[in-house]
Amino acid sequence: MKRSRLCVLTIAASILSNPPLHKGGTVSEEAGQTLVPVVRAEATGTLTGLVKLDGPAPKGKPINMAKEPICVKAHPTPPLTEEVVAGANGTLQNAIVYISEGVPNSTFDPPSDPVVIEQKGCQFHPHVVALQSNQKLQVVNSDPTSHNIHPLPSNNREWNRSQPPGLPPLEESFAREEIAIPVKCNIHAWMRCYIAVFKHPYFSVTGATGSFSLKNLPPGNYAIAAWHEKFGTLTQKVTIAAGETKTLDFVFKPRANMSE
Amino acid sequence: MWTERSIEHEKASRARVGRLRPQAFRLPVLAILAPFLPATLPSAVCFAQQTRIGNVTGSLKRGKELYRRYCVGCHGVLGNGQGENAPYLDPRPRDFTAGVFKCRSTDTGHIPTDMDLYETLGRGLHASAMPSWFPLTRQQRIDLIAYVKTFSPRFHEEKPEPVVPVPPEPPASPESLNRGLEIFKKMECAKCHGLSGRGDGPSASTLTDSKDRPIVPYDFTTGERFKCGQTNQDLYRIFMTGLDGTPMPSYLKDLKPDQAWDLVHYLRTLQMNYENSANNGAVKTSPARQPGRSIRNALRAVSGSK
Repeated sequence: MKRSRLCVLTIAASILSNPPLHKGGTVSEEAGQTLVPVVRAEATGTLTGLVKLDGPAPKGKPINMAKEPICVKAHPTPPLTEEVVAGANGTLQNAIVYISEGVPNSTFDPPSDPVVIEQKGCQFHPHVVALQSNQKLQVVNSDPTSHNIHPLPSNNREWNRSQPPGLPPLEESFAREEIAIPVKCNIHAWMRCYIAVFKHPYFSVTGATGSFSLKNLPPGNYAIAAWHEKFGTLTQKVTIAAGETKTLDFVFKPRANMSE
Repeated sequence: MWTERSIEHEKASRARVGRLRPQAFRLPVLAILAPFLPATLPSAVCFAQQTRIGNVTGSLKRGKELYRRYCVGCHGVLGNGQGENAPYLDPRPRDFTAGVFKCRSTDTGHIPTDMDLYETLGRGLHASAMPSWFPLTRQQRIDLIAYVKTFSPRFHEEKPEPVVPVPPEPPASPESLNRGLEIFKKMECAKCHGLSGRGDGPSASTLTDSKDRPIVPYDFTTGERFKCGQTNQDLYRIFMTGLDGTPMPSYLKDLKPDQAWDLVHYLRTLQMNYENSANNGAVKTSPARQPGRSIRNALRAVSGSK
């Protein structure tokens, strides 16, 4: 009895010491103990830009799928590794741009839509996904062969589930922020993807054009980071005023970053 | 051998162990620290648990002394698996700081129960440098478990659940072996373990553990004990929970209990040397205690009927 009362006290103490208030928004207390930030739509800003690579992009190498004839058959020509996928003008795909500092100190409910990873042609699609903590992750196997989905987190639970063909999607979630969790399929050693988990909704994964867009940013000072699996992380400071739309580009320099 | 004389006792005490109780002595410290922790932590901290098996409670102080005497050489002072003997061992000693363990009764991704750790300690890990610590007293082994749990914060933040249920085993029959073979094919166990269970599947040579070190799949034909026990119930648990930290995944969502038992029966037929290895070792097993026996008879019936 005494112990459970102590627990309640510790929770109460920590909530009081971390008031989730921030500039540009008001905090309303809903029924129960959840604190939900209310940000006025007209007061928020937007940050857009490109992620680029300075210099020639290393070319992908053909993946040898000989250990799995079904995977070989799925591709007319061997697919290329996806470590670095660069577009025209050196734009970089599969980079994650996110707020690393300055996020309003409040809790963000995860979106109800799941993020989906599909295993097709013995590759994970997409190669990089980002989601919010406790948001549902769905893993689909569209191949006529078994896969095992094995995330290797350092700050979340490590699990490993088999998924033979024809079985329903797996549903999992990650509780803590982590950028980014490498995911393996042990059966097919070449398969790899990354899952980034954020406790806030301010992140964007670059597509084929290398562009990103962070929307609904409350005005404030931020550190914005760009993560890439091969080139590491770049950080820039930016100030967003109410209703402002800013552009910000990130340029990775392969040699400098890779020697680190 | 401990498994022989104590297994019934262990089963009984496993049934006796109720919900574990909060750890009293941690709370005052946490109450002081709590205001400085992120808001999400304290609620998790309330899961902090005492190590208790049956009516024996583990002592951290004694556990630390025992750890420093018996475990530190391989697992290291920090419990990170980097003791001074570690470079000479394959597989490498467990890194306790990650809170990831092979032998569990809980689903993949979850911490093991105290009883899981206790059984691992008493059993040792076959085909590794980890011996059985059964020579220590029951109290000493529980003290050690209490101390080993302090290396990972997961044991304070998470509960060892859900536990994967192991329903009673149906009898082995020629039919169940045939169904087991179909499941062996459908689950594509042969990708790593090979068609005859030799551990020579097409993916075997590419496997790595969670620390990216090469690792080999179990070779059923050696008939050696599994790392996580040697009963049919242990085998059921091994592939349903998965061996976390290794490439062996959990099949809990893919197999129904009946199918899992069929697979257990089929897998035993791959252990061609099972009886021999049991007799050559220190273990004296009575015929009734040889899990492979009834299955082998069923297998003879299958091959006889063809």
